[in-house]
Amino acid sequence: MSPISRGFHRRHEAQQPPDRVPPGQYVTTDFPVLSAGPTPHTPLTEWTFSIAGGREPKLWTWEQFRSLPSETVTVDIHCVTRWSKLDTTWEGVSLDVLLAAVEHDARYVLAFSDGGYTTNLPLADLTGGRAWVAFSYRGGALPSEHGGPARLLVPHLYFWKSAKWVRGLRLRDGDEPGFWETYGYHMYGDPWREQRYAGD
Amino acid sequence: MDDSAVDGNAIGGLLMEVFGAEMTAATGTCAACGSSAQVAELAVYRPRLGTVVRCRTCDNVLMVFVAIHDVTCVDLRGLARLD
Amino acid sequence: MAGTAVRGRLTWRTATVESLVDETARVRTIGLSVPGWAGHLAGQHLDIRLTAEDGYHAEREYSIASAPGEPLAITVERLDDGEVSPYLTEELRPGDQFELRGPVGGYFVWDDADGGPLLLLAGGSGIAPLRCILRRRALAANSVAARLLYSARSRDDVIYRAELDRGWDGVEVIYTLTRRQPPGWTGYARHLDRQMLAEVAWPAADAPLAYVCGPTSFVETVAAGLVSLGYPPGRVKTERFGATGGQ
Repeated sequence: MSPISRGFHRRHEAQQPPDRVPPGQYVTTDFPVLSAGPTPHTPLTEWTFSIAGGREPKLWTWEQFRSLPSETVTVDIHCVTRWSKLDTTWEGVSLDVLLAAVEHDARYVLAFSDGGYTTNLPLADLTGGRAWVAFSYRGGALPSEHGGPARLLVPHLYFWKSAKWVRGLRLRDGDEPGFWETYGYHMYGDPWREQRYAGD
Repeated sequence: MDDSAVDGNAIGGLLMEVFGAEMTAATGTCAACGSSAQVAELAVYRPRLGTVVRCRTCDNVLMVFVAIHDVTCVDLRGLARLD
Repeated sequence: MAGTAVRGRLTWRTATVESLVDETARVRTIGLSVPGWAGHLAGQHLDIRLTAEDGYHAEREYSIASAPGEPLAITVERLDDGEVSPYLTEELRPGDQFELRGPVGGYFVWDDADGGPLLLLAGGSGIAPLRCILRRRALAANSVAARLLYSARSRDDVIYRAELDRGWDGVEVIYTLTRRQPPGWTGYARHLDRQMLAEVAWPAADAPLAYVCGPTSFVETVAAGLVSLGYPPGRVKTERFGATGGQ
């Protein structure tokens, strides 16, 4: 039994409205930066977002991407490391808009990022207004430590699925594990069913 | 430069727990680029989901440690050798 | 080499806080007692684990500040947005307990037989293991030449200031004060760079042994600078503390 360290507690903990907090989570006012590797710094002149695996590959430059219709959304996010952050505001391009530009019959995607990070999702979880490629957080440009210039935003799944520094999607017939999934995290990652690790 | 990254010194305790021995002075060889370095000098990222150890020369992932329900899962597939 | 699963071993022990000494406005040295403590080598560190009443726990690493043979102690700098360091530097009281594991480390260590000349380069709280090395050197009556270059924001931020000002025989202590300097200061007043290293470092031909400790960017800059001055990489030992203040 570990001795209790008198007076020690988690930092920046906030009120927890139970209907908004998945099991095993606590609400924080912090926005922790969690990275599995060095922060990439791709110049916007070289940045592209691509979707491969459809009938034809599709690619947008930064200018083309930023000319697409975008929306501002306020969502709750839930990290598998147990912190949840409520009412976070982002601006981004819906995956519905991006995927509409590609003819395909894929059922799964692998999102890939600068630096080699990947994560897998069912295609259905990127559609229906549930996912964005976000370029702005809290009214400003998305900071590089939080995934800027653009990251995936899929708030209904654990936040490791919201790949930072995202550069595109590979459309696939089968579901194959991305980075954290390969090392034991859940293939799907629904916070409301507490799907943190494979087999949960 | 990523100031949040540390080096293999910081995970000496974790390595002792996993390998049963002091490992920071051991030499790891990257399976991707072949470069060798002492574990203490490798780049270590700790995003709380797990501990990721990377080759300083090519950024290849050498070791990953993830705590899953009180079991430490260890993946060393990025290392060609560790001695 | 494949993936595998290992059940964690119970190597944590309970430490009790014995004493608290404020080194600077943000830095405190914590004296500990650990039943059965068997000693350590200069440069090693401890893993610390704090457990809250709700079961939440946090782990951190701190260099052992005390020399082998002295009562065990760690030195902690308060990070403004930290979770553990504000607790250790402001809330902790004698009699409180936490868990520790160690001593840890077999690379960033110096003992008597390792020789020199020694070049120690400290950024902010990176001074802790290096002061430990210097105390060990003195206790062992080792006369190897040693030079410490210590980067701190100001005189008030110099940790162990009184002891460093007293110094040790055969040890040269050089400061660079990067933010504020006292009136009449004629020493270095900028972040450590290759030029400063060229002026301070032992010539590579002397086969010196260098230990660099501090924030990651400090260590990277200094280590690269030493290698460019001809130090073999194997003679430059590094310990990166991550993103911290104090350099």
